[in-house]
Amino acid sequence: MQYMLLIHADESGFARLTPAEGEQAMAGYFAYNEALKKAKVWVGGERLKPSAMTSTVRVADGKTKVKDGPFAETKEQLGGYYLIDVPDLDEAIKWAAKCPGAQHGTMEVRAVWPSEAATKLEYRK
Amino acid sequence: MSAQGGRAAHIAAEAAARRSYGKLVAYLAARSRDVASAEDALAEAFATALEQWPTIGVPEKPEAWLLTVARRKQIDAARKHQRGDAAEPQLKIIHEELAAAAEAPMHIPDRRLALMFVCAHPAIDPAVRTPLILQTVLGFDAATIASAFLVSPASMSQRLVRAKTKIREAGIAFLEPAPEDLAERLDAVLEAVYAAFTLSWSDADPVGVARGDLAHEAIFLGRLLTELMPNEPEVLGQMALMLFAESRRAARRSAQGDYVPLSEQDIRLWDHELIKEAEAHLQAASKLGRIGRFQLEAAVQSAHAARASTGRTDWHAIEALYDGLLTLSGSSVVAINRAVAIAETRGPEAALAALAEAENAGGMLQYQPYWAARASLLARAGDPVAANAAYGEAIALATDPAIRGFLNARRQALRN
Repeated sequence: MQYMLLIHADESGFARLTPAEGEQAMAGYFAYNEALKKAKVWVGGERLKPSAMTSTVRVADGKTKVKDGPFAETKEQLGGYYLIDVPDLDEAIKWAAKCPGAQHGTMEVRAVWPSEAATKLEYRK
Repeated sequence: MSAQGGRAAHIAAEAAARRSYGKLVAYLAARSRDVASAEDALAEAFATALEQWPTIGVPEKPEAWLLTVARRKQIDAARKHQRGDAAEPQLKIIHEELAAAAEAPMHIPDRRLALMFVCAHPAIDPAVRTPLILQTVLGFDAATIASAFLVSPASMSQRLVRAKTKIREAGIAFLEPAPEDLAERLDAVLEAVYAAFTLSWSDADPVGVARGDLAHEAIFLGRLLTELMPNEPEVLGQMALMLFAESRRAARRSAQGDYVPLSEQDIRLWDHELIKEAEAHLQAASKLGRIGRFQLEAAVQSAHAARASTGRTDWHAIEALYDGLLTLSGSSVVAINRAVAIAETRGPEAALAALAEAENAGGMLQYQPYWAARASLLARAGDPVAANAAYGEAIALATDPAIRGFLNARRQALRN
């Protein structure tokens, strides 16, 4: 099964780090990336630019409305994601706990619809 | 179909249901993680059994028969719901399992513990963990569980459905947890097993299952837990507690079916083998050096059981144990039992004072055992008028006819 690991964290945290601390923090993520790839569970993953760089878009009455800023103004913002392929939720949780994001923020673990099932509208209760 | 054959089939299907329900649900759901579909398929298999067994006779291995039929129902359902490729993975699992079952028809692996720990998974809403275990492992219906948890049947079934969807869609593994994860999930599992055992004592019997069977199921699950976790003191404590209670089952009703309070029970009717086994579990638990609620409650039962050998009850020890339990749980049930013990050590007035303190816990005034304890203490303190009124409250709240009869008799005795 594929799981999305979403990193929610206080963005100002990174800005407060000294250059040396920042480098150390990034090294943590690089090591984590390597571990995911070595375990052959890596599907994808990226760091996102700060939420101030976000635009929200929706279409109403045929008009595209664009707004500056993230969907929800909260202290913790989505800062990056991983997509992994593991047998079950328990494995996904173990990987989420190993992510540096679990130390400085909160990890959200979300199962991904398998693509063949995602094409079906029906959602069995 | 003869009426007699129909009845035999009915009894056989019911017996198989009681014995095998949780085992079959656990096995059917283990690989697909689809508890709801396992339950649906099994319900259809039981219905088919009731239809066919009267004519074809009860199969030699009813459990294997039910499993095969349930598997076919699952295949039909998978084909109906998921056309084309989407059904493939699930059908593949089912076919592999049917092939495995054909090779070893005698052996259906017991995945109940795995299922219990899935239900107690940290990703499941804590409030629904115990109800989920009661339903999936022990086969309680949502309405019965709802009444035990004081919520509406509609909202209980909604919660159960949501939890089962989460197990399937979030992909919770059907594994017995690693040692480091055990403790976190153990509380919910113990609570559910004990809730099932407690329901077995209710004479209202809303489950429609013979009470002794339900107790045996709970004790069986308790034994599985002790095998899996021989070094968890609370697992052993709970086992001891259930066995102490079970040892007195035959003594708690008179030949006429009247309720007999513990202090008046005939010790010759107690099952001394079970008491011995309970004591052994309790001793093993205490050697592990971590006290907990179940061990303390079992210790209280042990003190009561000691009357069989010493001829007396050590109420001072019981009061001390209830002190510990009250600190640990703050439960109103414990507060009432503690007051009853205080009546023996320090007299009814001190007990009434302890009970008055517990009243503040809230909910007490709708609680039958509170009024029954209060009535008995008032009678002993020489206040028959107040005692009479308190018995009235207790009788109005009693749902168990045997308890109501007992309370009526006590109230009658006030007037003589």
